[in-house]
Amino acid sequence: MKTDDLIESLVADLAPVRPGAVRLGIAATAAAGGAVALALVFVWLGLRPDLAEAAGGMMFWMKAGYAVVLAAAGFWCAERLARPAGSPRPGLTLAIAALAFVLLLGLGRMAMAPPADRMAMWLGGSWRRCPIYILTLSAPTLALALLAVRRFAPTRLRMAGAAAGLFAGGVAAAIYGLHCTETSMAFLATWYSLGMALSAAVGALVGPWALRWR
Amino acid sequence: MRRAQDGDAAAWRELLGELSRRLSVFFARRLGPAHAADIEDLVQETLLAIHRRRVTYDAAQPFTAWAHAVARYKLIDFWRRRRIRVHVPLETFEDSLWAPPDGSAEARLDLERVLGHLPERQQRLIRDVKIEGLSLAEAGARAGMTEGAAKVSLHRAMAALTARMREREDG
Repeated sequence: MKTDDLIESLVADLAPVRPGAVRLGIAATAAAGGAVALALVFVWLGLRPDLAEAAGGMMFWMKAGYAVVLAAAGFWCAERLARPAGSPRPGLTLAIAALAFVLLLGLGRMAMAPPADRMAMWLGGSWRRCPIYILTLSAPTLALALLAVRRFAPTRLRMAGAAAGLFAGGVAAAIYGLHCTETSMAFLATWYSLGMALSAAVGALVGPWALRWR
Repeated sequence: MRRAQDGDAAAWRELLGELSRRLSVFFARRLGPAHAADIEDLVQETLLAIHRRRVTYDAAQPFTAWAHAVARYKLIDFWRRRRIRVHVPLETFEDSLWAPPDGSAEARLDLERVLGHLPERQQRLIRDVKIEGLSLAEAGARAGMTEGAAKVSLHRAMAALTARMREREDG
């Protein structure tokens, strides 16, 4: 086909775009993927037995808040990287700031605690499981988010994959908080962060393959 | 582009026409004579992508950077499909398509907007040296300063410009 004819056919096909379609397309995956993760917590991991009580405490919301902020940062990055020439920098800055915040708080609490208690604070009772559970719970959101981003026009695929992974990891960690009974800041700063980082790493790993579009 | 996103067909026809000319030049330079036959295919693929994925253009960003990134993606995809790996340094893209010799519409608009934020003296320097191609000494003489002073001032202006551009991309 001649290029001029192609242009004519594209012009004939032109319809107004829905503003916010990129944001909406990616945000919807959190709802769907989050619902699956929630179902997994209910039937597989189980809610924490003291949920009602814990919801009155500060640490429960600290964990949820940290996860939500990282999900938002990942969303921001992904929303930018789903566009050609989009820059993830603002989202990345938010993620790093949030991480630095909880790390500092965690270190502060550790420093104030008696040395004998420090290991227990840091490792809690579930440090081996926590990152793996978060990674597992992130899978549905990650898969959907990658499909969504691919429909747009990412041009830096590895980075866009990592952003989708961070987003999915944040969503998963927020929901995992319904199961997890850990209460230390150092635990949150280390193992939650590791879980979300693993999810981002998986996203980065599969991004170049999963996000390639034609 | 914004008008096209709202559904203005005439604006879209004009923009796609202009883009197809620029893209031909862009791909011709990148592909070299050995792949001259593929230029039109690539141009069409890129136009198609720009059309189908126009929703990803954000009006707050420079349009040229957006279209450029699509073209680059298509080019890399082309090489990848042919299993040819070429090392394409990023810098070579900077001055290629989007600062066309005729200084035409879109790129010029973006440039004018960022230049407008600099002090007038620095604007003049950038125009004289980077766009019109005068030497530092000539541009300095025009602005009434020594070559050394012109060099320092130009350097600062470029730094400010880069910072400004980066800010816009992040926006």
